Amino acid sequence: MPSKEINWFHYAAPQRFYTLAGRMVPWFGAAALLLAAAGLYLGLWLAPTDAQQGDAYRIIFVHVPAAWMSMVVYLVMAFWGGVGLVFNSRLSSMMACALAPTGALMTFLALWTGALWGKPTWGAWWVWDARLTSELVLLFLYIGFMALHASIDDTRRADRAAGLLALVGVVNIPIIYFSVKWWNTLHQGASVSLTKAPSMATPMLLGMLVMALAFWMYCIAVALVRARIIVLERERHTTWVQRELEAA
Amino acid sequence: MNWSSWSDFAAMGGYGLYVWGSMGMCALALAAELSSLKLRRRAIRREAGGKPVATLQDIKT
Repeated sequence: MPSKEINWFHYAAPQRFYTLAGRMVPWFGAAALLLAAAGLYLGLWLAPTDAQQGDAYRIIFVHVPAAWMSMVVYLVMAFWGGVGLVFNSRLSSMMACALAPTGALMTFLALWTGALWGKPTWGAWWVWDARLTSELVLLFLYIGFMALHASIDDTRRADRAAGLLALVGVVNIPIIYFSVKWWNTLHQGASVSLTKAPSMATPMLLGMLVMALAFWMYCIAVALVRARIIVLERERHTTWVQRELEAA
Repeated sequence: MNWSSWSDFAAMGGYGLYVWGSMGMCALALAAELSSLKLRRRAIRREAGGKPVATLQDIKT
């Protein structure tokens, strides 16, 4: 094999992935911890009180990162589900399964922190506004993915069915993202976007971005840990897994 | 710095319940996810321990 080209299928072998991911997890975990400490220090300690919302706005430091990750994790999950469908590669489907619970958790946290933010600022825990409703649909998509996968005994068939469900559900992501533009929502529009300068004070913005990075690192670390567990569960009949389990 | 004391920090300008309720649930959820992964991993180990695997030594004897 020419050394210049990277053969990506090399890491599609569960055993190689297991070793590589095992080496990567501590780095992502440590990065998540350090970034979260820095982000919380910036957000809860250094950032000034908001003129309009008082200190209630500080929920943003977990709300926005969780909401972003709920969408990002879904896209990555659907991507791996799709790759699993097209290439019939086992590891891709395992990766999709590894992402689902973390994505569901992020969605739940976005909804929970949103409710706790909505109460003092809007006067209601929940409203059936387009942003909130589509985010709730996202939670049901994650739960549906996991339930469908669990309900089919043949793992490979379960992978294909759940992968298809994940791909169909992708249509909900732009709906969540653009809901605040398309409909007149109680939920505010984006404070940060790629096309215009952010409408936030610097320490607030910095704290939010650092927290978003921390959530990224956490999600990567946890998804890799879960993917490794799924590899062990599914490949337990192989000699390398049995050796691996004996050694530990 | 905005806080004149620790109790001031805890009160969050009267929004303590909402801010700490959000932070607390995040911490709780992440801790729950991590410990459930630990349990899942332990379950595989236990299952593997129950079924002894033939090693090279077993085959020789």
